[in-house]
Amino acid sequence: MGATTTAPPPPAPPVPAPPRRAGRGRAGRFGRLDARVSPYLYIAPFFLLFLVTGLFPLGYTGWVAMHDWDQIMGKGEFVGMANYVDVLTGRGFWRALANTVSIFLLSSVPQILAALAIAALLDRNLRAKTVWRMGVLLPYVVAPVAVALIFSNLFADRFGLVNALLQTVGLDPVRWHSDRLASHVAIATMVNFRWTGYNALILLAAMQAVPRDLYEQAAIDGANAWRQFWSVTVPMLRPTIIFVIITSTIGGLQIFDEPKMYDQFGRGGADQQWQTLTIYLYELGWTRADFGMASAVAVLLFLLIVVFGIVNFLLTRRIAHDEGRRT
Amino acid sequence: MRRPGWTVYGLLAAVVLGSMFPLWWSFVIASHDSTVLARTRFPLLPGGNFLVNAATVLDTVPFWKATLNSIIVSTTVAASVVFFSTLAGYAFAKLRFRGSKPLLVFVIATMAVPTQLGVVPLYQVMARLGWTGELTAVIVPALVTAFGVFWMTQYLSQAVPTELIEAARVDGASMFRTFWHVGLPAARPAASMLGLFTFVATWTNFFWPFIVLGPSNPTLPVALQQLQAAHYVDYSLVLAGAVLATIPLILLFIFAGRQLVSGIMQGAVKQ
Repeated sequence: MGATTTAPPPPAPPVPAPPRRAGRGRAGRFGRLDARVSPYLYIAPFFLLFLVTGLFPLGYTGWVAMHDWDQIMGKGEFVGMANYVDVLTGRGFWRALANTVSIFLLSSVPQILAALAIAALLDRNLRAKTVWRMGVLLPYVVAPVAVALIFSNLFADRFGLVNALLQTVGLDPVRWHSDRLASHVAIATMVNFRWTGYNALILLAAMQAVPRDLYEQAAIDGANAWRQFWSVTVPMLRPTIIFVIITSTIGGLQIFDEPKMYDQFGRGGADQQWQTLTIYLYELGWTRADFGMASAVAVLLFLLIVVFGIVNFLLTRRIAHDEGRRT
Repeated sequence: MRRPGWTVYGLLAAVVLGSMFPLWWSFVIASHDSTVLARTRFPLLPGGNFLVNAATVLDTVPFWKATLNSIIVSTTVAASVVFFSTLAGYAFAKLRFRGSKPLLVFVIATMAVPTQLGVVPLYQVMARLGWTGELTAVIVPALVTAFGVFWMTQYLSQAVPTELIEAARVDGASMFRTFWHVGLPAARPAASMLGLFTFVATWTNFFWPFIVLGPSNPTLPVALQQLQAAHYVDYSLVLAGAVLATIPLILLFIFAGRQLVSGIMQGAVKQ
């Protein structure tokens, strides 16, 4: 249930097991019953747990969202769409939405480009290649909370290292905590720090599966390394890139840890300039104890993730197609 | 294939240094006295004050309790995810039963569902059960994951010879005995990787533990949040906490980093 989920590998069509006859062995009623019931017993834990702690809460959120519902007092009156109206007419939601999308774009786009570049470097015939791979993966084992603490120090407005470096090269210090866009850049940097290497390894694995004769073919056609990368590698990586984008969308739009820990108050800044949708949800539900409003935000965020997922999928497919055609 | 030139190594070295620098920096800050920091603003080498700062961290938040909690939660969740995922993966990969295909598709589809957004009712369920503030509230929802089931299904469908299962059945072994003696041993490589990734993900998880656990019974990330809320201005102290909380995972990385790398890469190759 991590805010940034552990990325699973690209969902692929499962390989169906060849038909067989298990369960002939044991004679008698027990053996037959055993063979018939056991498979369902083995998969039951997942389905039960998903039903109780995943699907039910998700569906019930829609029900809570249609009521006056206090965290302590419990269910109140049925109010229909009133919570949604309140959320959608207030300033908080739209500001949080804009912040979330801004942080998401600042983290996902550079991250995928950087991961591609790093993967291309790792794809060379390196000495001690495992060491290099481990080197780029190191940030993955640092908890986002710890990452946030470190980076909020690096990006401190007055005595931060980043501002000191900017000043040594003659630039003005940036107000990383009070300026809205600057705070988004700092938070996106934390996300990029933790996930770029991880995604680079996923892309690297896909790169190594690209048949080498495609490159030879491209070289004969006169394509240089740069051209080969964009015309052969990237189109071949399409499914993996789509997968990386979709998982980072699902995780990225629910971002909580990094912005929550960017200052000590955890409310997303004095003017909520880096308050994200999940922080807003948390505020409504656990600071103001308004479960109805919090649930409405959860439902809206859910829909947003679905829409983003679909748009991403279509866009990426299109771009990769175009690249493929230009070869 | 030709060995690459020094530019490739140089660029990679820059990336690796970039990923190590923030950790180094946190240790440098954490090992200085905050009054010293106020004077010499940017030391590049560690000072001698780390143990003092660490001791203050231990006094400020229930750090040992949080560490123990994190160990309990991460170990239990990892073991449980491995067991139940292997069991379900074995059924999907090697047993024949009505509806297995659509059910597996369902499992895979749930991986894309942001179940985290059901926090409000999930919290209500936990409150009803009297589990708020208890580790069970963090452990139980994580006992088995769709990703785990998917991962083990993929692995087992090519790792266990079907004849071996049939032979065991013919010899009169029960279904579960067959799983225990044939399926489980064959699953070991994939299972240990799943356990490793689940452990890291659980250890670093913050959102749900933060909501459902109180300040008196935190996991490490929750304790770090408390430390920050209490001592934000004292960076040496806060970062000493961050360093202490990260040490166990750095140790894990030193021993199992190679497995993490190949786990990520195998996950991506198996399409």
